[in-house]
Amino acid sequence: MTDTLLEVRDLRVSFDVYGGEVEAVRGVSFEVREGEAVAIVGESGSGKSVTAQAIMRLIPTPPGRFKSGSVLFEGRDLLRLSEKEMQRVRGNRIGMIFQDPMSALNPTMPIGMQIMESLILHRRMKRSAAKERAIELLELVGISNPEARIRQYPHQLSGGMRQRVVIAIALACNPSLIIADEPTTALDVTIQAQVLQFMKELQRTTNTSIILITHDLGIVADLCDRVFVMYAGRIVEAGDKRDIFRNPQHPYTRGLLKSLPRLDQPKNEPLVPIYGTPPDMMLPPGCAFRSRCDKAMRICELEDPDWTVVGETQRVRCWLQAAGAGVAAVAGGEEERP
Amino acid sequence: MVRFILQKFLFMLLSLFVLVTATFVLMNAVPGSPLQREKAPNPQIQKNLEAFYGLDKPLIQQYGIYLKNLLRFDLGISMKQRYKSVNKIISDSFGYSLRLGIVSVMTSVVGGCVLGIIAALYHRRFLDHLAMVLAVIGLAVPSMVLAPLLQYLFAVKLRLFPVARLEGPLDYVLPTIALSSVSIAFIARLIRTTMIEVLHADFIRTAKAKGLPGHLIVWRHALRNSMLPVVTYLGYLVANVITGSVIIEAIFAIPGMGKFFVQSVIDRDYPLIMGITVFYAVLLMVCRFLADIAYALVDPRLRLQAAKVAA
Repeated sequence: MTDTLLEVRDLRVSFDVYGGEVEAVRGVSFEVREGEAVAIVGESGSGKSVTAQAIMRLIPTPPGRFKSGSVLFEGRDLLRLSEKEMQRVRGNRIGMIFQDPMSALNPTMPIGMQIMESLILHRRMKRSAAKERAIELLELVGISNPEARIRQYPHQLSGGMRQRVVIAIALACNPSLIIADEPTTALDVTIQAQVLQFMKELQRTTNTSIILITHDLGIVADLCDRVFVMYAGRIVEAGDKRDIFRNPQHPYTRGLLKSLPRLDQPKNEPLVPIYGTPPDMMLPPGCAFRSRCDKAMRICELEDPDWTVVGETQRVRCWLQAAGAGVAAVAGGEEERP
Repeated sequence: MVRFILQKFLFMLLSLFVLVTATFVLMNAVPGSPLQREKAPNPQIQKNLEAFYGLDKPLIQQYGIYLKNLLRFDLGISMKQRYKSVNKIISDSFGYSLRLGIVSVMTSVVGGCVLGIIAALYHRRFLDHLAMVLAVIGLAVPSMVLAPLLQYLFAVKLRLFPVARLEGPLDYVLPTIALSSVSIAFIARLIRTTMIEVLHADFIRTAKAKGLPGHLIVWRHALRNSMLPVVTYLGYLVANVITGSVIIEAIFAIPGMGKFFVQSVIDRDYPLIMGITVFYAVLLMVCRFLADIAYALVDPRLRLQAAKVAA
């Protein structure tokens, strides 16, 4: 359809901690096309935020370590750029929206200046021009009376407004990619909807690509074209939104969807959670999800499954699909059990 | 804001009144009199002297007279310093103390900030450890130990700096180091701690994500937020420098106010004790007051609170 904007190949990031080495991201590969919104979905600790920050090289090293992989963006491998070259990419070509608007802004700097900073830096704008652009951006993200607001400090703004300011900062230099790390998690539901609506419009009008990092599948359905489901530092299922929602293949994806309330569900039917907790990241071999999987087989303990193509757009890392009919027969129709 | 300032000012006056009263009572409770000599003088002369200084009147009346004179900024006449007025002694000697004080405060803030920032930026590396070892030494060695050591090493042995007095610029080096070492160490540790904390804050990550180079992140985003505790400390810093200068002035033979203060207590020179105490007190209060205002200027969140408190 269109060109690939970002291509992450076999990204591995680990952290040296007291007890040894924790691999937070274990060989993640995905790509984002121009003008496309993709979602990386997973629960806390699945490595989705680390992936996002690794693309921007915001991971402190040490204790973090890039073990392998490449991040091709606009024809260059970001992991091999010098720090200076990387600074020219951050905020300029890639904008980032952070999770907590309460702490993501500098409390001692007026918000206008916080937006203008990157314009002056990357676009070599004069202060007056940058100020005009900042007012324009605040208007764009839906903040009323922007001329007065640019002189205000973060504590004078509500949470929703602060998140809009964070978005304005990310948008300032017209980046070709925006990475939004749980942009709505800290917001009220009504404000969430507004912010999402805004991002959707933005993506449509400016053709900016978006990587949305979230644990909320509801948001994904709203905004994104393609979905990558992450579990324990790996992408375990990938595909178009429709395929993933209608026909989830990985037991973990199914679990995530089952734990969401649906409008077409009988009123009294309880939600089904995924039992257990994410695994310790100092992992033994085998499929990381097996201890919480109701369909775990012996092979799941021995070897990590590789990709299996299950549809036109859909891929999954699960032995159930990998072995296909053969395994299903051995398992004795276990899949049919409710 | 005006009301906030006015409130603070009234409070200052009240504190000052309490302080004057307490000093007056304590001073008179100490045994001995300023006019006592080794040889008992002629009783008539003694009487005349007492009358001249108003010491023949009952204490409560003396207190009343002192307060009245104080309102006219008249601190009285010294009983020992060749009958110079206290105002004159203070204005003559304060210059030395002030110059040394200003140099010390600046040295403390600049030195402390530089050490602290270096330590924070090189957290857990060699420079951090070096800076913190220096800071611990600075905190642990009191100025009356450090000052003679400095004199011995740099003035007597190496002959780099003058050993005493305060005339030329070189004279300032040793007393300033001796006077600021504790404050430098304190500020360095303060800045290091807050800076390390601030450098891990989310808004620093935001600044990084904007593509700002490292020095701009430190300068524009981290430093201002790390300075807040230093600004609060400034008031105490001035207090430290003032009380510290009493010792340093004695060691370096600087004819500053501290020297006269010590002498006045030994001499039971009532007007001079009172005068210098009141002067120190006013100085400290004004510094604290300015620190409060400076704090509000650095931290916009407090501006709002101050406005609320005043409203």
